[in-house]
Amino acid sequence: MKRREFLGKSAAITLPALISGYAVKALNEDSPLVRALLGGGTDTDHVLVIIQLSGGNDGLNMVIPISTYDLYYGARSNIAIPQNRILTLNGYANTGLHPSMTGLQTMYNEKKLKVIQAVGYPQPNFSHFRATDIWMTASNTDQQVFTGWAGRYLNYEYPNFPTGYPNATTPDPLAIQIGSTASLTTQGPSVNMAMSITSATSFYQLINGTDDPVPQTKAGKELSYVRNVAKQTRQYASAIVDAANRVTNQSPYPTNNSLADQLKIVARLIKGGLKTKVYMVSFGGFDNHSLQTTTTDTTVGTHATLLGRVSEAIKAFQDDLVFLEIEDRVVGMTFSEFGRRIKSNSSVGTDHGAAAPLFVFGKPIDGGVLGDNPTIQPVANVNDNVTMQYDFRSIYSTLLQKWFCVPKETVAGLFPPGINNQLQDLPLIAGDKCNNVIVPNPSGTTLITNYPNPFTNSTEIKFSTDGGHTLLQIMDTAGRLIVNLYEEDVPAATTIIVPFDASHLPNGVYYARLQNGAGQQVRPMLKVR
Amino acid sequence: MDRRDFLTVRKAKKKASPMSKPLITVSPARTSSGINPYTGPWRKNEVIHLLKRAMFGAKKADVDYFASVSMDQAVNELMNPTAPNPVPPVKEYTTSTQPGTPDGNIAQGTTWVNDVNNDGTVQSQRTASYKKWWTGVLLNQDRSIREKLIFLWVDHFGNEANEVGNGNTIYIQHQTIRQNGLGNFKQMVRDMVVDVSMLRYLNGYLNTATAPDENFARELQELFTVGKGSGSHYTEGDVKEAAKVLTGWRINGLNYQPYFTSSRHSSANKTFSSFYNNTVITGRTGATAGDLEINDLMNMIFAQPEVAKYIVRKFYRWFIYYEIDAATEANVIGPLADIFRNNNYEIVPVLTALFKSEHFYDVLNQSCIIKTPADIVIGSMREYNVAMPAASDWNTSYGHWNTLYSFMILTGLNLHDPPNVAGIPAYYQEPLFHELWITSDTLPKRNQFTDILSINGYVRNNFRMKFDFVEYAKTLANPGNPNDLIDEALTYLFRMELSPQVKQQMKTQLLLSGQQYDYYWTNAWHAYIASPTAANFNIVNLRIRELFKYLMSLSEYQLS
Repeated sequence: MKRREFLGKSAAITLPALISGYAVKALNEDSPLVRALLGGGTDTDHVLVIIQLSGGNDGLNMVIPISTYDLYYGARSNIAIPQNRILTLNGYANTGLHPSMTGLQTMYNEKKLKVIQAVGYPQPNFSHFRATDIWMTASNTDQQVFTGWAGRYLNYEYPNFPTGYPNATTPDPLAIQIGSTASLTTQGPSVNMAMSITSATSFYQLINGTDDPVPQTKAGKELSYVRNVAKQTRQYASAIVDAANRVTNQSPYPTNNSLADQLKIVARLIKGGLKTKVYMVSFGGFDNHSLQTTTTDTTVGTHATLLGRVSEAIKAFQDDLVFLEIEDRVVGMTFSEFGRRIKSNSSVGTDHGAAAPLFVFGKPIDGGVLGDNPTIQPVANVNDNVTMQYDFRSIYSTLLQKWFCVPKETVAGLFPPGINNQLQDLPLIAGDKCNNVIVPNPSGTTLITNYPNPFTNSTEIKFSTDGGHTLLQIMDTAGRLIVNLYEEDVPAATTIIVPFDASHLPNGVYYARLQNGAGQQVRPMLKVR
Repeated sequence: MDRRDFLTVRKAKKKASPMSKPLITVSPARTSSGINPYTGPWRKNEVIHLLKRAMFGAKKADVDYFASVSMDQAVNELMNPTAPNPVPPVKEYTTSTQPGTPDGNIAQGTTWVNDVNNDGTVQSQRTASYKKWWTGVLLNQDRSIREKLIFLWVDHFGNEANEVGNGNTIYIQHQTIRQNGLGNFKQMVRDMVVDVSMLRYLNGYLNTATAPDENFARELQELFTVGKGSGSHYTEGDVKEAAKVLTGWRINGLNYQPYFTSSRHSSANKTFSSFYNNTVITGRTGATAGDLEINDLMNMIFAQPEVAKYIVRKFYRWFIYYEIDAATEANVIGPLADIFRNNNYEIVPVLTALFKSEHFYDVLNQSCIIKTPADIVIGSMREYNVAMPAASDWNTSYGHWNTLYSFMILTGLNLHDPPNVAGIPAYYQEPLFHELWITSDTLPKRNQFTDILSINGYVRNNFRMKFDFVEYAKTLANPGNPNDLIDEALTYLFRMELSPQVKQQMKTQLLLSGQQYDYYWTNAWHAYIASPTAANFNIVNLRIRELFKYLMSLSEYQLS
């Protein structure tokens, strides 16, 4: 019996069980969970675009409380936006947008923008680096996690990656990072799941086949040679070039706007037919400790310019999605590592803070404002922070479940211990976007499998070795080593089965990591009760 | 090995349609510098250039040391190793129950090099053990040129260990090369003539008066001494006559020593061509006939100026660049060959002159060698000071050496196992030479190696072999400043300059996570130094790891 049939049949029973507190329904071949376990990747055509706003964006000047305007003004009179300049939202009088964000105002009014108030996490960290890592790994504030939330998701959908990739069913990068090198967000248990295009310039160099100049020396000659081979072997390069070349016409984007430059590339690649699920772009400069606004007009200045570019870029992107007729396939979200303090400082700026509003946008979303304006004290203290209303992990889990159609039970397992039982379903996506999920085919080269999966107490892990030193390790989602399950010098290529007893371990996803020669593969396994 | 087989293989490879040379618009500037002693500045740049060429990787500690002495002293020290030679390989494999001659004489953890065992399984285990051991030796090389030079000479003599099929005799060959590597080249060739592995590999043990086998006699001239350069005119007759000189040698399988059987030796006079001044080697009989005639043969061959030129060209291709134009031939090859010959083929004087020459330090000759797999694998391990198990833990040590050795195979280098007797194609195959190291197969695997060692490393017996970039950064002068950190890392690891834009991009995207201010890195670094908790470590490690991974993915990293 083929493994796939085996799983399909054996799972066709009702597990009288709860996975991380959620009831598991009958799992059969049509169950997305079973399909996910079959290793082919849940085949939707849905795309998520993640926009990172680096530096810690001042959410209170982006999404402005109108209902408590006096308190807002009292806390930050030197940077407060005049009430008559706040952009209003159709049908929602309590809250408005920064005056430079007319594009997003339009999108809100067209129900293509969701504003989620006060997104954060308990015990916020005020260091840019640590807070960025927390947002990217979805860890708790005191947890050390080495994989990204999207990386774990993609590893779950494509457990064999990168062995046997690209292939016929998955010819394209799983994720693409533009404007930066591969980030922690897409770091999987053994490799980064994203292809990175370090800058818009390097994208056009790739498309146009141009390269940085080299000196007219022997060294330059050899550098050209190596680069030439590198270009030929750059994984997915031809897929990207082909996709880009299929799209010659896009609607206009603003110039001098690096976020717009990146999003323009994203739209082109999506329309060009890449099956890539996740795109990450980034836009920096939000660390405005001083002179966030000009001293004479609080509606202009550094922060206003940044927000204006964000708004114009997203609006142009959305217009392009309409023009390219791919609006139904794309959802975007913004995030920043933290918001800023409620009370402004005397240098006409704001210091590192906590929770902040977050945007989810696109045609498939459920527009509106979620949550209330932040509570502001009548006499704001310098240490006052926006209190968290929504945990950012619930944004991720909702998007995974409602947009990427990953079963709720599986989603929970993708988050570190201590978080996975607190995830909330949020009204981010309109209607049911998962009623047409296609059964995927397994893809890539499978080196490790386990049966049963999901399992309750123990499971058997089956893996192939080419011979030589062979190591099988079990890790949890936080990257901690649970046990070295197998370590031998195997005389010849063979297949080995070892049992994994997890009866003493909490429920959730565990990773079986195979290390053999130059090869590594990490298999996610779901323990349920 | 059947000579015709391997010859056919080699010729076929040589004649294979040359890989299409990529269109390169660069026409390299030429240099006319010669072998006058270099008198320019002696900075880290020059030290690193020297070390990356003369050793596997340039360790920061070595760079700093040699920068503190003069160029003369640095080269002299490189040429005169003082560290003891490595202890011999040990039995780290499991005694097989299968072989006809069970490998039971020696215990695990003790050396097998003195134990005779002619079982094929045992010998293949010993050959593998030898290769792991050699990898460990390369990793633990002393601060001298010795190990790179042994690597060169093993390649020069081109024996395939797997073809020879005997780890003991391959180890003996290695030791013979080790003894002569910085000694006398003529003596080394003389020793190789009756080296047991060589006798087996090139059929010398089958070469008798009644049935001469010309295999070794040909390669002795074509590959080991006079070569096939424009000044080499030995004839087919010379091959036949040399083969007669070399008749009568056999292998004692009970002690792995060569011995001479006079009755199998051709006692006729051997007459050579005008290339060898019509030399006649007097035919002899008796127990000493073989040795005496070989001595005559050596004297005849080494009287030819072409020998020194051929070997100096080899040095040039290993240590400077693969293209040798007319100016280089006149200004560098000729003068160095004179030094080599005038010093009776002592290796140290000629290499000393090479490494002290203005030509070697010519800026046009820097950064233009494509790293070998050993430069990538061994070099990176050394440059990052990767911690390894204690020498007493032979099991873990050999296991990790095996992993490194395997990565070299994956990227196109099998230690002591070249594709054929001509050695590693990157040193002779025109027109690509070094560029043969980089293919659409091997380049991704080079990156795979550095990525694996950067992220998870390789675990064996709970010992994790891994690049630790945070520890590496601590050895730099000012790791808390992101600009200095990048600049200094590039100074030690790279030979080509990166543009300010690329450095700025790396800093912002990798070390600063998109932040605008350098002090965020500075604060994170100092917080970690002041309190090296796991949390503080992870903050700097995640960023610094991505920086170094990115650096090693750049094409510039492949050059030395």
